[in-house]
Amino acid sequence: MFARRRFAVLKNLLEYVGIEPDRLHFSWISSAEAEKFQKTATEVCEKVAALGPAKHLIKNIRKVA
Amino acid sequence: MDNKAIAEKIREVAARLLSQGQVDCVIGYRQGSVPMRERPFFAYTPEEAAQLTWTSFCCNNLANYLIRRQFGEAGKVAVVAQGCVSRSIVGLIKENQITREQVFVIGVPSPGMVDRRKVQATVGADKLITAVNEEGEELVVSGPGFEERIPRHTVLRDNCYTCQQRNPVIVDELIGEEGPPTHGGDIDAVAAPWEKLDPEARWAAFVDNYQACIRCYACRDACPLCYCHVCFVDETMPQWCGKTQDEADVLTYHLLRAFHCAGRCTDCGACESACPVGIKVRRLTSKIEKDIRAMYGYTPGMDLESTPPMSVYRPDDPQDFIK
Repeated sequence: MFARRRFAVLKNLLEYVGIEPDRLHFSWISSAEAEKFQKTATEVCEKVAALGPAKHLIKNIRKVA
Repeated sequence: MDNKAIAEKIREVAARLLSQGQVDCVIGYRQGSVPMRERPFFAYTPEEAAQLTWTSFCCNNLANYLIRRQFGEAGKVAVVAQGCVSRSIVGLIKENQITREQVFVIGVPSPGMVDRRKVQATVGADKLITAVNEEGEELVVSGPGFEERIPRHTVLRDNCYTCQQRNPVIVDELIGEEGPPTHGGDIDAVAAPWEKLDPEARWAAFVDNYQACIRCYACRDACPLCYCHVCFVDETMPQWCGKTQDEADVLTYHLLRAFHCAGRCTDCGACESACPVGIKVRRLTSKIEKDIRAMYGYTPGMDLESTPPMSVYRPDDPQDFIK
């Protein structure tokens, strides 16, 4: 419940700076909800795969080192 | 009351508090070594109180110096506080960093502080400013071969235009008279300026805004909210955030610092004023501040009673994003 407030702010902040909304997923899943867990995981994978490789916040080690 | 009269009164009150032994120290501002850079000053004796000043360039948030303070005999320090600083003090009391009894608030209704960069831009970037004097609502800016009069209200800091609380919220002694609480600017109209852009343009604006960052952490050090013993950027085990100048590291630092201020930031603008390269640090914090207001109806530091929004919840909080 406390986390819900923090995530709400974090999600808005990340969207505000231009991170694709589909990269960030939130869900309530009880330990008894195996099916929901499986479904959610699949959905997250599909959504992120559809976006393709990340474009933002990638650290270029070669450039820095 | 103009700034000169306020400065006079601050010195008078400070000298009295110190000579009566009511406080160990008076934290205020004194003239900086260069124009437009007033700096924090700690007066421990009535004589030192004579160095205190009050001008349009008192941009530091003095609440910052209450954190982990060693108290002397009186067990109390006095702080010169305008609206935002008093709100930060309230925040520190609520977060159990200090007690109300440890601080004597010398409240000063804020006339709004001036952005030195705007003054420099107004007279021209190539001009050397050697003195700035205040005459009522005008700044008299002078240097070799020039003198210009600038109306104060044209060069205020961005956060002062949209100030929501110019009068101190807690006061032990008020200097001057309370004025209108706001400066008249509409905070919702200017907060979170990137919201209007599409996602790619938002990212571009974000990267562009922090391009010049040298990671000196002046924004963090000037902030009265950043009182962690070890900041997440300084942690090495584990290392949460890389220490390089790489874009990803710089942006991660700014994102997380802003997030840590969620529901606590009083929009005092100390971060922006402290930045040596002039980054608009409030582009991020203003978004969070606006969200907190919209979602939880909370404005930080307005009173001692309300519970900070991030340490409480309501069953009907927005949760459309949770599937």
